[in-house]
Amino acid sequence: MKKSIADLMKIRDEALKNMQLRDQSESNCRVVVGMGTCGISAGARPVLRAIIDEINKRSLNNVQVVQTGCVGMCRFEPMFDVNINDEKVTYVNMTSEKARQVVVEHIVNKRVIRDYTIGKSENE
Amino acid sequence: MQIYRSHVLICGGTGCTSSKSLLIKDEMISELKRLGIHNEVQVVMTGCFGLCEQGPIMIVYPEGTFYSKVKISDVKRIAEEHLLKGRIVKDLLYYEALEDEIVKSVEEVDFYSKQMRIALSNCGVIDPENIDEYIAFDGYQALIKALTEMNPEQVIDELKISGLRGRGGAGFPTGLKWEFAASYKDDEKYVCCNADEGDPGAFMDRSILEGTPHSVLEAMTIAGYATGANKGYIYVRAEYPIAVSRLEIAIKQAKEYGLLGDNILDTGFDFDIEIRLGAGAFVCGEETALIESIEGKRGMPRTKPPFPAEKGIWGKPTLINNVETFANIPAIILKGGKWFSSIGIPDSKGTKVFALGGKITNTGLVEIPMGTTLRQVIYDIGGGCPDNKKFKAVQTGGPSGGCLTSEHLDTPIGYDNLVKLGSMMGSGGMIVMDEDNCMVDIARYFLDFTCDESCGKCTPCREGTKRLKELLDRICTGKGTLEDLSRLEELAYYIQDNSLCNLGQSAPNPVISTLKHFRDEYLAHVIDKKCPTGVCKDLLQYFITDRCLGCGSCARVCPKDCITPTGEIISEKTGKRRFVIDNSKCIKCGACIQACPPKVSAIVRQ
Repeated sequence: MKKSIADLMKIRDEALKNMQLRDQSESNCRVVVGMGTCGISAGARPVLRAIIDEINKRSLNNVQVVQTGCVGMCRFEPMFDVNINDEKVTYVNMTSEKARQVVVEHIVNKRVIRDYTIGKSENE
Repeated sequence: MQIYRSHVLICGGTGCTSSKSLLIKDEMISELKRLGIHNEVQVVMTGCFGLCEQGPIMIVYPEGTFYSKVKISDVKRIAEEHLLKGRIVKDLLYYEALEDEIVKSVEEVDFYSKQMRIALSNCGVIDPENIDEYIAFDGYQALIKALTEMNPEQVIDELKISGLRGRGGAGFPTGLKWEFAASYKDDEKYVCCNADEGDPGAFMDRSILEGTPHSVLEAMTIAGYATGANKGYIYVRAEYPIAVSRLEIAIKQAKEYGLLGDNILDTGFDFDIEIRLGAGAFVCGEETALIESIEGKRGMPRTKPPFPAEKGIWGKPTLINNVETFANIPAIILKGGKWFSSIGIPDSKGTKVFALGGKITNTGLVEIPMGTTLRQVIYDIGGGCPDNKKFKAVQTGGPSGGCLTSEHLDTPIGYDNLVKLGSMMGSGGMIVMDEDNCMVDIARYFLDFTCDESCGKCTPCREGTKRLKELLDRICTGKGTLEDLSRLEELAYYIQDNSLCNLGQSAPNPVISTLKHFRDEYLAHVIDKKCPTGVCKDLLQYFITDRCLGCGSCARVCPKDCITPTGEIISEKTGKRRFVIDNSKCIKCGACIQACPPKVSAIVRQ
């Protein structure tokens, strides 16, 4: 179908959402999910899926989701880090539901959910 | 629109395709399905990444992980370890991407960090068969800008400000060329893209067409608007099947979106593009021969003037530019001529793509700002000669160019600088030679090529190149005389002065430049009847020295059975004799040298 200039701009914005991943300079938010054997057996995969789904739903195109191996605190799995502007927060004992909350509260609203962080859990 | 957490980019250029990158892509897709993560990870086939030496190449984003020389059997590990579990498979990384156990991203390795990409900016980044990905990275924005905000004169002015010169070889200022083409009025005018890339070892144009075909279509449409043409031809050789099929796909997609055809973007401007396939004749890269070929005639040059801007295809005003020239244009229109002219050196602006080949570690495609020195390209990006061999010369400009020696390595690359040294920019082939290359043989190789490719229309080129090659043959086989050398020189200059087109005029360049810089090698061939590097087999002889222990390893591998134990007796006890090579039967294959035990190494080549 023939496109108008406005259509083309729309295509550009849509396609760019996905493609921004290939431009490493743009992203300032990084979610690192622990996907060692410990993580996977504790249910890291549904957590990862939930994060991606939530990011997709909200078109958060400057968020990178990467995986990492075991970080050595297997009892806290599934866990993931949220890095925004080099400030790292580690969330532990995650579920899909909690992960979705983190995406909304922390990444979108910039409010850390203290109750889910490693600092809180360790002191219990 | 689906957003993926990870993108796997696999090179689909000709180089990597020939080492099965498309099968790797299929394997990756089926592995991802098996692991159930195909909705999270996108597999994209892209154009050439440039580092063809390390192909097939796979880049994984968001990390920018650089896997090289990927095999089909490696795919499972990458999918399971990296994409599923997030553990980078370190032993499959490009060797330079792993430094002290720290993984570097693709942008950080030397080969890429020292380049600057304008024409190749989309190569290896987007899927060339998906117009949306091109549009995502500002594709067709330049066309929108030109059609809606600029008039044709402004487009041409922007090009003149940019200082862009033709990237096909001669380096004619592009803005002026467009202005000439625009100045001739006719009912029909044409824009033509010269994609007949013929230099041995050069593949810049092919990679651009394969990696970002829409840039060329967009630029040609802008050219049509600026010069008042409504029809474009892309003349590409049938030997580039992947480039042709991606162009066809791109043209189809552009037509669907209304970016080609009638009334483009509702501005009332019509432009259409047709592909013309050439049979792969070197001479058809010459613009008038190319025009003949497009018209369906035998590809032979016409006399100039009239230039194509006045009388080109079907006798109508025609603008002809090279692929790489076109590929620079969208960026110039978008970012402005001033931006472009801020890159490079006074006579040469912007960047240039080079195809590095020959005796160089990182064979592949590089784009560097003009003014970069040859040393930076060959050593910093290209990684120097492999196996610590000594650099001897570099041939720029393909068979029409000349060779430059180590004393020229610090020359900033630019059109005028290279011509001053007796070579030329050419389309960007850069063939590196090390101490093992015989310069007479190199000259003979290039001449063999031009001799084959001469169209036969004018005598100096048709007959002259044949005679030149005969003279070189004589020298390489030890029959040359000093008189032959002076004849060689005289004839070379005659052909240069008297040929009809650039093919003939530049054909003797390799001879002239090697004679200038490596006369001693010619003299060794002529006077001493020796080839200093051992390349010219007819001048070689193999001998077995008295280090021989009489084991007979050499005799067993000799394909001509010309090694026999007929020398003096080595050991009275065993009665073993020294082996001797019968040089009248020897074909100089060198098998005996390799067979001789390294501790003994009794066989020498002189």
